[in-house]
Amino acid sequence: MKRCDKLVDTGRRQFLRGSGIAAAGVAAAGFMPQEAKAAPALARVAYPANRLSNVSEMKANEPKDVSYPDGDAPGVLLKLGQRVEGGAGPDGDIVGFSTICPHKGIPLAYNTDDRTLNCPGHYSRFDVEKGGQQVWGQATQNLPQYVLRVDANGDIFAEGIDELLYGRLSNVLA
Amino acid sequence: MAYKRNIDRLPIIPADAKKQNVTCHYCIVGCGYHAYTWPINKQGGVAAGDNVFGADLSLQQPADTSAWYSPSMYNIVKQDGRDVHIVIKPDKECVVNSGLGSIRGARMAEMSYSRVRQTQQQRLTDPLVWRYGQMQPTSWDDALDLVARVTAAVIKDQGEDGLFVSAFDHGGAGGGYENTWGTGKLYFTAMKIKNIRIHNRPAYNSEVHSSRDMGVGELNNCYEDAELADTIIACGTNALETQTNYFLNHWVPNLRGASLDKKKAQLPNESHAAARVIFVDPRRTVTINACEAEAGKENVLHLAINSGTDLILFNALLTYVAEKGWLDKSFISASTKDFDKALKANKVSIDEAAKITGVPAADIIKAATWIAEPKDGKRRRSMFAYEKGLIWGNDNYRTIAALVNLALATGNVGREGGGCVRMGGHQEGYSRPSDAHVGKPAAYVDDLIIKGKGGVHHVWACDHYKTTLNAMEFKRVYKKRTDMVKDAMSSVPYGDRPALVKAITDAIKKGGLFAVDVDIVPTKIGEACHVILPAATSGEMNLTSMNGERRMRLTDRYMDPPGNSMPDCLIAARIANHMERVFREMGDAKTADKFKGFDWKTEEDAFMDGYHLHEKGGQFVTYARLRAMGTNGFQEPAVGLETTGPVDAGTTTGQSGQGTLIPSIGSDRGKENVIVDDASKRPGAEAAATGGTERIIGTKRLFADGKFNSKDGKAMFMETVWRGLQAPGKDAQKKKFKYLINNGRANHVWQSAYLDVQNDLVMDRFPYAYIEMNPEDMAIVNVKAGDLIEVYNDEGSTQAMVYPTPTARKGETFMLFGYPTGVQGNVINGEGVNELVIPNYKQTWGNIRKISDAPEGVKHLTFKSQEFKV
Repeated sequence: MKRCDKLVDTGRRQFLRGSGIAAAGVAAAGFMPQEAKAAPALARVAYPANRLSNVSEMKANEPKDVSYPDGDAPGVLLKLGQRVEGGAGPDGDIVGFSTICPHKGIPLAYNTDDRTLNCPGHYSRFDVEKGGQQVWGQATQNLPQYVLRVDANGDIFAEGIDELLYGRLSNVLA
Repeated sequence: MAYKRNIDRLPIIPADAKKQNVTCHYCIVGCGYHAYTWPINKQGGVAAGDNVFGADLSLQQPADTSAWYSPSMYNIVKQDGRDVHIVIKPDKECVVNSGLGSIRGARMAEMSYSRVRQTQQQRLTDPLVWRYGQMQPTSWDDALDLVARVTAAVIKDQGEDGLFVSAFDHGGAGGGYENTWGTGKLYFTAMKIKNIRIHNRPAYNSEVHSSRDMGVGELNNCYEDAELADTIIACGTNALETQTNYFLNHWVPNLRGASLDKKKAQLPNESHAAARVIFVDPRRTVTINACEAEAGKENVLHLAINSGTDLILFNALLTYVAEKGWLDKSFISASTKDFDKALKANKVSIDEAAKITGVPAADIIKAATWIAEPKDGKRRRSMFAYEKGLIWGNDNYRTIAALVNLALATGNVGREGGGCVRMGGHQEGYSRPSDAHVGKPAAYVDDLIIKGKGGVHHVWACDHYKTTLNAMEFKRVYKKRTDMVKDAMSSVPYGDRPALVKAITDAIKKGGLFAVDVDIVPTKIGEACHVILPAATSGEMNLTSMNGERRMRLTDRYMDPPGNSMPDCLIAARIANHMERVFREMGDAKTADKFKGFDWKTEEDAFMDGYHLHEKGGQFVTYARLRAMGTNGFQEPAVGLETTGPVDAGTTTGQSGQGTLIPSIGSDRGKENVIVDDASKRPGAEAAATGGTERIIGTKRLFADGKFNSKDGKAMFMETVWRGLQAPGKDAQKKKFKYLINNGRANHVWQSAYLDVQNDLVMDRFPYAYIEMNPEDMAIVNVKAGDLIEVYNDEGSTQAMVYPTPTARKGETFMLFGYPTGVQGNVINGEGVNELVIPNYKQTWGNIRKISDAPEGVKHLTFKSQEFKV
């Protein structure tokens, strides 16, 4: 049946190009209905748990350049010196953010005086002490923040992001 | 914690998605966007061939890419009855914004009505009527029958002056050429309504009347002039927040020196440098901060005047420029009149101006030098921009005239790198029959309502409760009068129409008011109304408007309007149809006949009946041609087609054969105060009647021929003598109360607050109107960041959330204007208007006291400086 073939073909193409989905089902791609049952797509992207630093390496108000969830996604890790909502680590004061402005993708600069990330492109600024809330600016998102975990050794892991990163339609690229 | 969507992936726009033209419907700038839609069960892929961008989306895209959209640019909406994915993203090819999206426009998709994703569920879907003690849904026919019967009865009893109307006059959402024509034809042709006011002010008048009286339509330049100017003079305008992408895309390149090549190419034979900029504003704004960052502090001059003293500053600048001989004498003699008279009358010394404005004399001289000192013997190109600081400020008429004087004297109207322009609020979209019968000064409608006048009130996308002056008293009276009618309606069975109408009209005779609200969302004033009619907004209907450089575009209908809502022009037409029927039933065929001519089936019908037939150049303009011209459109007025050449050229209306010069507020919207009886008889009309998609030829700058809007084609200088605080009551208020309650708009919610009340990002940031206060003033009032304070004076009181602002001068606060959770208009005195009933909102004084500590809803907020810092 021609019509049926087309459907199968469409399904295979979409499947193969889908991001963040395990490759296990590829061999069975000829049978769309069964395949959909066998390898259901996840509702959210699967974030890697990446070690970004160790608590011992963090100094108050000294930004540490990191990237997450991959090398093409620059970010910053900060120890604020005072506990903040969403802060990680023994003092509840470690936070991590993307440093790509969610407006037009321009790199943000950290202002140590008032602890904001600032965009030299269009003047947006984000408060790292308030969950990346846009103090003022053009972006229609507050700044993407990392979900951080600190293990018993003090290693700081990023394990997720709470907003879509600029320049990618999936936070974890295919 | 700050609001986060926790969206980590978005559907990809497939290569074959439908692409529709969109002009952002929020502010004057009118940024170009495209709406991409595709079936709900489809999606694109990351491979270049599988998405609309032709890009490999498995890779990180670079800065300023077209191949990305934020979660706020995505939604699921209905299109032709089916659910579709939609992405509304900025268009890089649009010359207005070059791909930039503001914090308002880039949320258009998220601010669309979606049942699937539960966005903007506040939108009205059905006509509502007061029935059994609450608002209840009903059919269009039922609602319109009630509106027509009560309106006709009031007209029979009180005449047409018993019908009060509040109606938008602008473009973009809640406006557009289709809808201003629809309402205009109803109230100015079928009827001659005199008691009518505009969405943001209590009368039917021009915000910039003096500029028009001087022959200078105020949207006379183009955005490119900001790239070409030597000096930009920004008076009472905060462009980074309220014309964001005009500022970012056209001012900033000049401040950075990035437009030098363009200057050299277009304006050879003179020297060029990066622009300098002068601000006249009592407040330091984020715009000033951004200009300092781009141009260096040495190229930014902030004249922080005492509030309301702009006029004397402009007079002093004119005087000084004339004394120095920095005038454009040939322009003055060829294109203007009354210069000597005005110069003599307006003469003010620098020292006197320094004393009254509080600005150092040296800075005033520096400003004059930046504006007019010749560069290498050539005229300096200066662009004058102003907005609500002057428009809602002291002595509106004379102050704006004083600025136009300065622009004319230095030859800066109709020239490259010049212009004397308002920056604008909404887009423009005024197309109406003559409003000459309204008179000048126009009726002060809100005051008449307070005084018990009128029997029925039609409200079109206006919310007096948020945006009028003397607002507390207005609300008190309005509620009382409309409650009388509500109680009367509750006293009879709804289904007994004759009894219902009689109950209503009896209540009106006792001082009641029957109110009909046409809007897209529930409003504050709508809570008092008896009938609510649901309207469609831009994108749910085809809609035409023009922006601040008269650039006209068509926004395609890319989604269905919610439920049974309809375009305003068709609501107006259906009201007219019912009025005709009711008058005929009443045996008044003569009046009934006046309501003929409303057989429009679509918004395009209204456009062709209105703009196409009656606006200058309208004969060339059709939906098909606009659609083909995409997001760049053309600049009004149209003068021909690519096939005809500029056959209807001539930007002025003072010349014979250029149309009828009329006292319309239409020119207030920046075009020419002209109405054409029948555009089908205008030059080029026959050639234009092809129904084709030929390109339209427009007009880059007005008055480029040195001819202005007057019978002899000359611009008129005006005498603008300083007379202190002009509006009644202001001087006394200033003496009595401690704090200046300056007020204005903010980036997050500029022209979008009516939808933002249901937007998580915005309401998370600003749950309450904020008030900027100097920390020393905060100490006096004993408040911290986020605390709620009360502003009060003899007129009323209102609330705001304290935003510590070290750059605010002591004793001078700034409060967000027109915000639903803190109405600044409550503390503005009702007599505080000028002679043409333009309200003076800016010069308001009050005292401040603490109400409470920061409530829970503001505890997560940042109160850091809004000024960008590196």
